[in-house]
Amino acid sequence: MFPKPIEKQPRAAQITYQAMLPLALLLWLGPLLAVALFSVKPEADFTNANYWGMPSSFEGAFNYGQVFFNSDMPRYLLNSFLITVPTVIGAVALSCMTGFALGIYKFKSNLWIFFMFVAGNFVPFQILMVPVRDLTLQLGLYNTKTGLVLFHIAFQTGFCTLFMRNFIRALPFELIEAARVEGISEWRIFWYVVLPLMKPAIAALSVLIFTFIWNDYFWAVVLTQGAESQPVTAGITSFNAQFRAAYQLMSAGSIVAALPPVAMFFLMQKHFIAGLTLGAVK
Amino acid sequence: MHSMFKRTAAALAASVALAAPVAAELTGELRIFLDTSNPAPRATMEAMIERFAAEHPGLEIETTVIDREAYKTQIRNFLTADTPDVATWYAANRMKPYVEAGLFEDVSDLWAEPEIAENLASTKGAMTIDGKQWGVPYTYYQWGVYYRKDIFDELGLTEPTTWEEELANCQKIVDSGRACYTIGTKFLWTAGGWFDYLNMRTNGFDFHQQLANGEVSWEDDRVKQTFANWKQLIDMGAFIDNHQTYSWQEALPFMVKGDATAYLMGNFAVAPLREAGLTDDQLDFYQFVAINPDVELAEDAPTDTFHIPANASNKEAAREFLRFVASANEQTEINNGANLGQLPVNAQSSVDDDKFLQQGFTMLSSNSPGGVAQFWDRDAPAEMAKVSMEGFQEFMVKPDNVDRILAKLERARQRIYDN
Amino acid sequence: MTAVADIQEQESWFHRNQQRIAPWLFLAPGLLFFMVYVIIPVFQSFNLSLYEWDGLGAAEYVGFRNYEDLYWEWVDRDAFYISLKNNLIWLLLYLLSIPAGLFIALFLNQTVRGIRLYKSLFFFPFVISQVVVGLVFTWFYDPTFGLLNEFLGFFGLGPLNVLGDERFVTYGIIFAGLWPQTAYCMILYLTGLNAVDPEQIEAGRLDGAKGWRMLWHIILPQLRPATFIAFVVTIIGALRSFDLISIMTQGGPFGSSRVLAYYMFEVALSEYGFRMGYGAAIAVILFLIMLCFIAYFLWSMYREEKGH
Repeated sequence: MFPKPIEKQPRAAQITYQAMLPLALLLWLGPLLAVALFSVKPEADFTNANYWGMPSSFEGAFNYGQVFFNSDMPRYLLNSFLITVPTVIGAVALSCMTGFALGIYKFKSNLWIFFMFVAGNFVPFQILMVPVRDLTLQLGLYNTKTGLVLFHIAFQTGFCTLFMRNFIRALPFELIEAARVEGISEWRIFWYVVLPLMKPAIAALSVLIFTFIWNDYFWAVVLTQGAESQPVTAGITSFNAQFRAAYQLMSAGSIVAALPPVAMFFLMQKHFIAGLTLGAVK
Repeated sequence: MHSMFKRTAAALAASVALAAPVAAELTGELRIFLDTSNPAPRATMEAMIERFAAEHPGLEIETTVIDREAYKTQIRNFLTADTPDVATWYAANRMKPYVEAGLFEDVSDLWAEPEIAENLASTKGAMTIDGKQWGVPYTYYQWGVYYRKDIFDELGLTEPTTWEEELANCQKIVDSGRACYTIGTKFLWTAGGWFDYLNMRTNGFDFHQQLANGEVSWEDDRVKQTFANWKQLIDMGAFIDNHQTYSWQEALPFMVKGDATAYLMGNFAVAPLREAGLTDDQLDFYQFVAINPDVELAEDAPTDTFHIPANASNKEAAREFLRFVASANEQTEINNGANLGQLPVNAQSSVDDDKFLQQGFTMLSSNSPGGVAQFWDRDAPAEMAKVSMEGFQEFMVKPDNVDRILAKLERARQRIYDN
Repeated sequence: MTAVADIQEQESWFHRNQQRIAPWLFLAPGLLFFMVYVIIPVFQSFNLSLYEWDGLGAAEYVGFRNYEDLYWEWVDRDAFYISLKNNLIWLLLYLLSIPAGLFIALFLNQTVRGIRLYKSLFFFPFVISQVVVGLVFTWFYDPTFGLLNEFLGFFGLGPLNVLGDERFVTYGIIFAGLWPQTAYCMILYLTGLNAVDPEQIEAGRLDGAKGWRMLWHIILPQLRPATFIAFVVTIIGALRSFDLISIMTQGGPFGSSRVLAYYMFEVALSEYGFRMGYGAAIAVILFLIMLCFIAYFLWSMYREEKGH
């Protein structure tokens, strides 16, 4: 193990390390903790320039109540779910198939198609912006959750294919050959042999894509416009416009907007990190 | 062909409605998009739409309120797809791209009706492009200097009327440890207001419009004079520090706390200033001072408008809605102090008793002989407005860069108006 | 009767060719989506960059005039020059997240009590949306009450208006961006460190390697895959820097924090932007820059595939 385990260091070093951990964390999360502090302060603290002192009264319930009952925030949150969940399902489903096709079969253009998915995954959004916006307008899907979902599925298929293909590559190929010898059709091999083995990859990818899509801002701005379809990342700017200079509410709103992916991360941490690194550090 | 037919049918329907004011019951869906996202205007508009709905129970009205800033970019999308029947926007050059692209309905027929023709005559010019009218205004408001009367009293100052008085006042304010003016230029347009006034006062309304239309060089000596006047204020520390990081709302607290004594702003600033605790004894208004005695005073008075998108599906109901909005009673109601707190566009309406509205109304109707401008980013084409306001912001932070900035604006002018 | 025979005939044909057809059937939906929404739009943008189009009326073919305009903006040190320059700064400074991530990973690669929780809390910023990160740091930098100035004031320094000063603004935004990006690199390295071969470390220790020498000669070579991925995601992150700029400054003050990704959006779709073709030309430039890295990445992958 590197660096040298702290238990094998002198006692003084151990104590220093133990003391530094919380300190470093505090420093690391400082800006975020500040926002959390803001979100429980009463408005009066801001007019009295008491920005960093203790809250003169604890108004967390009131502030968060405002966010949930006196703004469009719940609607934005719902939109985010309605955009994120179908995208996760769609992108994972499509990439299971493409990953299977590229991971199992040997055919001439295999590597080129694979590279196309990988390259497409890295293009800057801006070069897609105008054509995708026009396409969405023409399909009559502008300012709908569906329009956003369709694009996200398509784009995420690039990354998911990279991920799935590499995962399937690492599966024991003998299983598939054995199935073929028994005359099982390719579709059934996919469904009954490979898919069950892909469960960890599917879990990892789902968590990861959930976070990516939840946090998308650019496409939300380009393809949607009002509270009926905008996800929370775009909604928070309208929310802030509504409560301009009411820092306690803007802070509470930001915390609420950030919470779902954070919860997802803490609940599914193992899968999340597997997802980030499996597709990566292979 | 199809859309032609639809248009004729709509016109026909409109003329029938004209013949019989109590028209046949309106039916179907009426979708209204609003940019009035601040709490008070939002409530006003929603209440007005409810009154309209009560008169037309057969109509199914759907209202969408979009954040004011976001609306400015989204309008071009919803005019082409997912189009509402009525949408808010702004007058003058700001509506030009949509008029030229055929996305706004020609509503000259409404302007031919006596009710509108007679009572809204003063705003007709701002709604006209190529001799046709493309929408109906619903409110306008004055710009000018809102100031802390109590601080003026404390320092023994009076409302200035000339540039010399203005500078003398400001010097005393600065000496007392305050800034003369608060401003937040993060979103640029507030600096456009300062430019409007300084340039109109230095060179007059007509020159100002020529500049907006790209007919004068930015490196013209007259433009330089405007910036020289502006620089006098900047150099003496008239404006608050760090204004480039604030929005106009974030700049309000400086005035509320007394760190700055005045705000060059539109009348919509009054409501948040009162909400923040300033009383009418503390808050007052004066017209922007004269600079060059040889030019007539001219004012900014932006007009906000309603339009019917060309792709709207219920144009008959939309026209009826526009008539309703412009009617004398509704104009009195929505613009009164408890609602928008602005000026009605209908000559038959009454202006609210609010002291700021009264002063503004008097100023615009009797003390603005030079003309009335819409606002810099509504009078100049979008691209020029953007580049120039960025230049104004830079100038306010780094006044010594003036030559470089003007050279850049001149390059932009030659490219933008050339197309 | 013949129908049955037909089906059998078909089935056997399908059966015989199953392994050749199956991959295409599996690929079809994903490929179709990807083509329509990603690959074709790239070419459409190339085409659009030769037109002048306000997004409302008809487009007009102008040849390479959009690129010519960009060239003049470059010569005149205007917006395009500033964007490109800032992109370069982003690219270089964003890479700092790699050593920073490695540093934190080394710091946290211990087995004391509660370290798992520490690791996840350190990773936390990466999970938050960039929009929220942007807001958090906007308040951090706020000239009237920001934590930064409180902090500087404590040492008798400042005040500093980071986001309002054209000299600091880009660095201020990059710093905000480094926060989640460092967390990302950290997690890559933590996983990488788990896989480091303990025997090699022991061997190194026997040879008397310690501290830096150990890190440089024994650990880092084994972390190469993690470094490679960290490099790729950081470069892409740097060139995609849109959200933070849009939230924190909108490219200001006076356009000094623009990058290509934001400038493109600004000229094409923002409040005063109506130049779709011009925006497309900027996007093409950005794409070509990115293409260098994509090509490099694909080439490394290709070598690895052949090596297998």
